[in-house]
Parts: sequence; structure tokens; C-alpha cells
Amino acid sequence: MKHILPVIFAVLTVALIAAGSVHQSSTAPASTPEGAVQSMFNNVKARNWGGAYSYVAGSSNVDQQDFQRDLQGRYSSLRTYSQLENVDTRVLHENDNEALVRTELKYSTAVGASYDTRDLKVTKDEGAWKVNWQTEKEASVPPQVIPVNYLRWDVIWRGQGDDWGAQNVDGPRIRILSANYAERDGAVIVMGEVVNEDTVPAFVSVGAYLVDKNGQDVAFESSFDKMSHVLLPKEVSPYRIDFPGQKLSNLKSVRMKPDSMLVPASADPVIGVLHQHIEKDAKGRTVLKGELLNESGQTVNIPHVLATFYDDNNQVIWVSDGYADHALLPQTPQPFAVDLRDDLAAKVHSYRVTANQYSLNRED
Amino acid sequence: MRKLAFITLIVLTCWFAADSARAAEIRISQNATAGQPLSIGTGGSGDGTLYLVGPGQVIKRSIKLGNDVQIKGEELRSAGRWIAIIRSGSSSESSVFWVKPGAAESMSFLARPSRVPVAERNVISGMVFVFDKSRNLVLQPTPVNFSLAVNGSGAAHTVTSRNGLAWIDAGSGPKEGAAQFVATVGGTSVRRVVQQVASQPCNLRMHVSQRMKDQMVVETDPIRDCTGNAVPDGTIVTFTESEKNSKSTVDARIKKGVARAVLPASSNATISVASGIVLGNELHAGGGE
Repeated sequence: MKHILPVIFAVLTVALIAAGSVHQSSTAPASTPEGAVQSMFNNVKARNWGGAYSYVAGSSNVDQQDFQRDLQGRYSSLRTYSQLENVDTRVLHENDNEALVRTELKYSTAVGASYDTRDLKVTKDEGAWKVNWQTEKEASVPPQVIPVNYLRWDVIWRGQGDDWGAQNVDGPRIRILSANYAERDGAVIVMGEVVNEDTVPAFVSVGAYLVDKNGQDVAFESSFDKMSHVLLPKEVSPYRIDFPGQKLSNLKSVRMKPDSMLVPASADPVIGVLHQHIEKDAKGRTVLKGELLNESGQTVNIPHVLATFYDDNNQVIWVSDGYADHALLPQTPQPFAVDLRDDLAAKVHSYRVTANQYSLNRED
Repeated sequence: MRKLAFITLIVLTCWFAADSARAAEIRISQNATAGQPLSIGTGGSGDGTLYLVGPGQVIKRSIKLGNDVQIKGEELRSAGRWIAIIRSGSSSESSVFWVKPGAAESMSFLARPSRVPVAERNVISGMVFVFDKSRNLVLQPTPVNFSLAVNGSGAAHTVTSRNGLAWIDAGSGPKEGAAQFVATVGGTSVRRVVQQVASQPCNLRMHVSQRMKDQMVVETDPIRDCTGNAVPDGTIVTFTESEKNSKSTVDARIKKGVARAVLPASSNATISVASGIVLGNELHAGGGE
């Protein structure tokens, strides 16, 4: 009798281990087009590139390395720092041997979610559905020398041993050009533009206090990535500050708090924003599209686009931004798209797009 | 006779008491100056201890009562209110005296700002705090000379300090460059640099400098402010090419005095240029400029 309990527990343990070990293979043949896409991206999520590649049709003419680079990103772009979070699939049409599956991919990144929509052709190959994967054609830059001799600003600050009256370098002069307020989606939005009026680069932040009807400050927020923080001389940046849960009707005023600091900076790189236009995307949303052109010689790893929208009176009515998940290679156009609220689209009279950048091999 | 002896005893007692009372008498000059030697006279006899307590400073000295005590100039550093205390046995005597600052020998010169646009009035301020050798604020009126010059040409003014402070407001000159802002007190000069920089661009103009099949190069004329100074390299100049349904923008940087941008070629576009809040001319590309 005293051996019964240990024997039962031993058997139970072995049974549970066996049950845990038995699971469906991650590379099991897909019986449906959607299943093939889902299985492939489940392997991508798990970073099982070999498993994911097993769902790619041989006719795709893509090797595993290119396939992996396509999904994983390259040149230290935003995609390389992201993780596939969610995959939504929808069969657009299907017959016995072929199907078209719309796949909406959601990546999580340090700067928020990044979305990618692909219409994937799925074909039946020896009884199993496989995905025809078309790699993105990423232009390679031909070997060349691009002379870059833009200005660089370095700063020497006052030393520790200097007399208390000794001179220091002053912070840059900045000015808020405009400020406008709106209430959208249950939040008070403060937006406008700020300019660096000085002849030196500035690290700029714009904050705002909401003041209630009793004259008390009720909230403070500052613009994080809805503005360009490093402004070169005479550079204008939009800013947008969101106050979730606040109502304009409860407020008496808004007090702006711009701050600036002198920082070392480089005038390089120059990024042109070409062919900007507003259109409807495949989902019917209003977007501002265009191309970024890196006119310099170094790769920009994470391009950031800021769009300022103005009404008939030239007032800023919206500021939106977007990160491109591909790196910006020198002299190579790269498409971008930034959302515009549908309810504001009709009021937009003009817009201005600027490109911000984050690069790994730059000290500033 | 007894009465006479009694009176004599009282007089002797009073005399002894009076002598004891002035045992620690202190005599100090009211013209004591920081950094200068000071002689302190004492009365009485016997040994005693002299304490001098001043602003941030205490001096202790064993003395012979009745002799003068010499305090060296380097010991008497702080100007202000001092107390001299002599202790002898169980009695003590104290006296308050004032030490004046010495002659002006150094200064702290605050010049603001470090960078200023050209041709603006009262934008530069200089403030001098006058100190003696021991860093005491010199309260006596002292002439301070301020000079502000770019490349040797400029102006100088002499201001008399009040309560240790002399200041001046000055306008920036019409030419850019490193203005030498010098303050002089006695034989001591301190130099600060105020960088006079170009103001806003003035009369910003551009032209198409090169046309290619798919793109064109637009370039500004040399960019200067309204007093003819070159706007610094690195300043942002925005070129905008507006077509019927799209537009392109390039935030170019001034390089060697001009800004240049490559824009897509167009058969019908308007090109505008701006720097900060200053707008330049417009061009029409395709249909003749």
C-alpha cells in the first residue's frame, strides 16, 4: 500500500511529460491557403526562419537568406528592432490550386506599432499550400565616393575651474511661431510650429501646461516624437502635445514652455521629401504619401517623417508622423506614408513634410 | 583720624577697581583696511589672549597686556565688521571695529550674451564686480573702463562703480565677427568675446542653375543679411516645388554662402524658397521663369 502513491505519481509524471512533448510539428504541411500563411508567420514570430521558409513555394525563386532579410530587415532599420506581434489573414479569392490572401502584419517596435499589408499569392504544390514570396527589390548603391563637407558644430563649455563670472556659451534662441488647440478622441491637442532663430544648432523641447478656470495648472505634457528635437539654424519643426482625458471646455488657457539647449550637431544628412501628395490608401484611409531621398553619403537607419497640415488661414490643424521601417540608403528614393485624419482631410489646404533621422554611425 | 583712614581705604579700593577695570583696554584704529597691517593697542598688565572675529575669519593671539599687537596685512583679509576680544584671567573686554576693502585689484566681469545678431540696440550687457586683493567687494566708487570692438574698431566708455558694481548696455555693431569686450579696473583687464552673427536673411533669391532630364538644380544667390553679412553656413533654406497634384521639399543647408537643392524636373511647377520665417522669390519651372 505504501508504494502505491509513489508509483501513481511516477506514472502521472511520465504521462504529463509525454503529453507535453507531443505537439503538432511547426512545419506540418498546410491544408488551406490561410493555414500556409499563418504557419509561415508563426514560424517568423518564433524566429524559426528555416520553418518559415519551408512554407515558401519553390517557384518564388527566393533563397532563405533573402527571405529572412526581407522579414527581418537590414541596415539597422526599424524592422531589425521590431517583433512580429500579430498576423491577420483574409482570403481575397481562392480556387483549387491558387489563392490570394491579404495579410496584415503588426510589428511591435520601440516607437509604437508598425503595420505592413501584403497580398500573398498561395499555390498548391504537391498537395500542400505554399506561399509565393516576392522579395522587396531593395536597390543597392553602386560603389562611389560622395564628397560630404557640410558644417559640424562642436561646443566647448565653461570649465569647472573657471571663475563664477566667466562667460559661458548661451543657449540658442528659439521661438514658437504658432500654437493651436483642438479636442480629438477625448484628448486636448496642442500643436503648432517652433523655429530655431539662432545661428547654432539647438536641442528643442516644447511643453505645455493646461490651466483650468481657477487658474490652476492641471496637466503638463511635452512633445516627444511629434517634433524634430535637433533644429539647425532657421529650421522650423512642427510639434504636437497630446493631453489624454482632458476637455477644452474645462480649460481657461494653455501656457507654453519651450526649452532649448546648445548641442553639437552636423548639417548632414540632407533628406529631400519628393512627390508629396494626399490620396486614399487601399483601406480607404486618407494618407500623405511621397518619397524620401537621402542626398548624403551615409545610410540613414531609421527615417522619421513629420507632416504639418494647415487650413485656409495657414493655421496648423494637425501634425502627424510616421517611421519608415526601411533604412534610407544614399541617393535612393524610399516611399513613405503618413496618416491624415479623415475628418480633417477636407479642411487641409496645404501641408509641409520634414524628415527627421536616427543613424547609428553618427556621434550627434 | 579713623575717618581719614576710612576715606583713604575707599579711595584705594576704587583706584584698584578702576585699574582692574582698564586692565584689558583695547585701542583700534577706525581706518583699518583689508590686506593692510593693523596695530591694536592694549592696556593693563600681565598676560592675555586676543581674539579677532571677522566675516568668515578668526584670529587668536597670546599677548602681553599693555603692549601693541601687530596684525599682518595677509592675516586681515576680510572686510566688514570685526570684534576684538581680550581675555585676561576671568575678565574680558571687547571692541567692535570696521575693516574697509582695499584698493581695487581684481574683478568679475559678466558679459551677456555670448552671441548676438548684428545691428541691434542695447543687446549686449557688461557687468563688473570690483574686488580688492582679498576678493572683498570694493564699495568705494572706482572707475571701470569698458571697450567693445570688432577688428579693432569700436567704442570705449568709463563707468564709475556704485556699491562695487559697474555696468553698461551696448548695441551690436553692423559687422559680424568676434567682438572683444574688455573691462579694465586699475591695471587689470578681463576680456570676453561676444560673437556678432548675421541677422535674418535679406532679399533671398534663387535661380535654376542646372536642368537635367529627370531633375533640376536650384541654387540661391549668396545669402546675406540686410547689413551685408553672410548668413552662416549650415543655416536651413527650404526649397519647395509645387505641382498641380504634388509637391517636393528639400531643407538644404547653406554651404559656402549659397544653398542648393536637387528637385524633380517638372513641366509645370512653382518653386519657392524660404529660410526660417523669411520668404524669397518664386520661380515657375516649365512655362518660363
